[in-house]
Amino acid sequence: MEQQELIPHLFRTEFRKITTVLCKHLGIAHIEIAEDIASDTFLLAVETWSFKGIPENPTAWLYSVAKNKAKNHINRNHIFADKVASQIKQTASEIQETEIDLSERNTTDSQLQMLFALCHPSISTEAQIGLSLRILCGFGIDEIANAFLTNKETINKRLFRAKEKLRIEKVQIGFPGDAEIDKRLETVLATLYLLFNEGYYSESRDTVLREDLCSEAMRLTHLLIEREQTNQPIVNALFSLMCFHSSRFKARKNENGEIILYEDQDEALWDNELIAKGGYFLHQAAQGNKLSKYHLEASIAYWHTIKADTKEKWETILRLYNQLLITEYSPIAALNRTFALSKVRGKEEAIREAEKLKLTDNHYYYTLLGELYRDIDNEKSKSHFKKALFLAKTRADKQVIQKKIDASK
Amino acid sequence: MEEFVLIMRHEDGSKLASPEQMQIWMKQTMDWIGGIAAQNKFVAGTGLPFEDARVVRPNNVVTNGPFGEIKETIGGYIIVKANSVDEAVGFAKGCPVLQGEGNSMEVRKIAKGDGLH
Repeated sequence: MEQQELIPHLFRTEFRKITTVLCKHLGIAHIEIAEDIASDTFLLAVETWSFKGIPENPTAWLYSVAKNKAKNHINRNHIFADKVASQIKQTASEIQETEIDLSERNTTDSQLQMLFALCHPSISTEAQIGLSLRILCGFGIDEIANAFLTNKETINKRLFRAKEKLRIEKVQIGFPGDAEIDKRLETVLATLYLLFNEGYYSESRDTVLREDLCSEAMRLTHLLIEREQTNQPIVNALFSLMCFHSSRFKARKNENGEIILYEDQDEALWDNELIAKGGYFLHQAAQGNKLSKYHLEASIAYWHTIKADTKEKWETILRLYNQLLITEYSPIAALNRTFALSKVRGKEEAIREAEKLKLTDNHYYYTLLGELYRDIDNEKSKSHFKKALFLAKTRADKQVIQKKIDASK
Repeated sequence: MEEFVLIMRHEDGSKLASPEQMQIWMKQTMDWIGGIAAQNKFVAGTGLPFEDARVVRPNNVVTNGPFGEIKETIGGYIIVKANSVDEAVGFAKGCPVLQGEGNSMEVRKIAKGDGLH
């Protein structure tokens, strides 16, 4: 690999490991120092390697530089603290022994522990995702801003406040106790789910970035599966859901970033390997007796990998959406349920149910009504599509709706 | 927004109908609840199986049942959110239990825990 490619690649894979392990070592209060040391290490790599060429083992080079920088920092801090406080608690020789463990096992464990720390209930969900992207996925502030469709300052402020909060709360980087792990696991899964959705539904036109977000979410979820304590049915269900969704990644947008609706997708572009993987993990998720929303959503996603319009398919999807709504209401689930209802019981009944939803600030609501009224009352259908167009915010959504208006009689 | 409990009173379906028919009723009931949940008006609910039912009376008298007034046995309930009793009645009207002659739905407001109701 050429240096121009190698450094960004290593940055993607190693920055997070170095930051996480150092942060674990130094404590969450020093999260910024950990980031700085990791950044400095890469800066030095760029400078040195363009001069002397790429070392034989670039990863080992990075680790040893990062370790030295960390040791220097710790030593400096201790000397400073000793002089100021003049209370020697640790001798110099002990400090030298501080071993920073960048072994595979420790980096994996540290990343998982960091995930639990970052998903601390004291910080907002947006900040949890932002910090996870920065610390655990090695994303730059620019990229995070791009993913959230906002600017760098906003992200910087958000991350700064979140780090402060972690410091004040004295959050430990470690696995919560068995009793607490289930409770915290839910937050962790919610963050991973949002991280994935951020990539899947992001308006950002940067396809590579969006796919990266999804694969990072999947990587972290898989880390949870690899660990016995967190390899729970609900985690497998979420991973299965991610597999099914990402199997359609290439089919759901064209080269201009326009959304291709499910009915119009080219099945040849669906990734069969990911579909099979989704099936495997859904099976793994079927143990235990708790049916989470991830189980339900994964099952719905599974049925969508079967393109043929059978009665069984839509009846099952309708049943799953009923259960999903009973578990947890969301407007999008309510709309999708009504669509499934139209497939099972016909458009007239679906229109009656749709009009009860009253999601009048939601453009999907009017898009659904437009679809349901098509061939029943084309005037009404068109006027619903027009309302949808008026409410839609993004270019991609507007394009889809405009096409429907153009196609309606 | 108030909460109402919708109480289903009906005969033991398994005594009247085939397992297939039971399954259809079950599906209809889930669709009915799903429709309420889609409006974000569903709070909770459950079926109450007819097996292992007992009635306890004074002096430790325990009987199987309640099967005295067959059509008035409670088979399940759901709790909904509604702006008025009329809206709650509207939800109750959609319950598939009402397909059965003599069955009924009872709509009752849930007391708020404010000590006044």
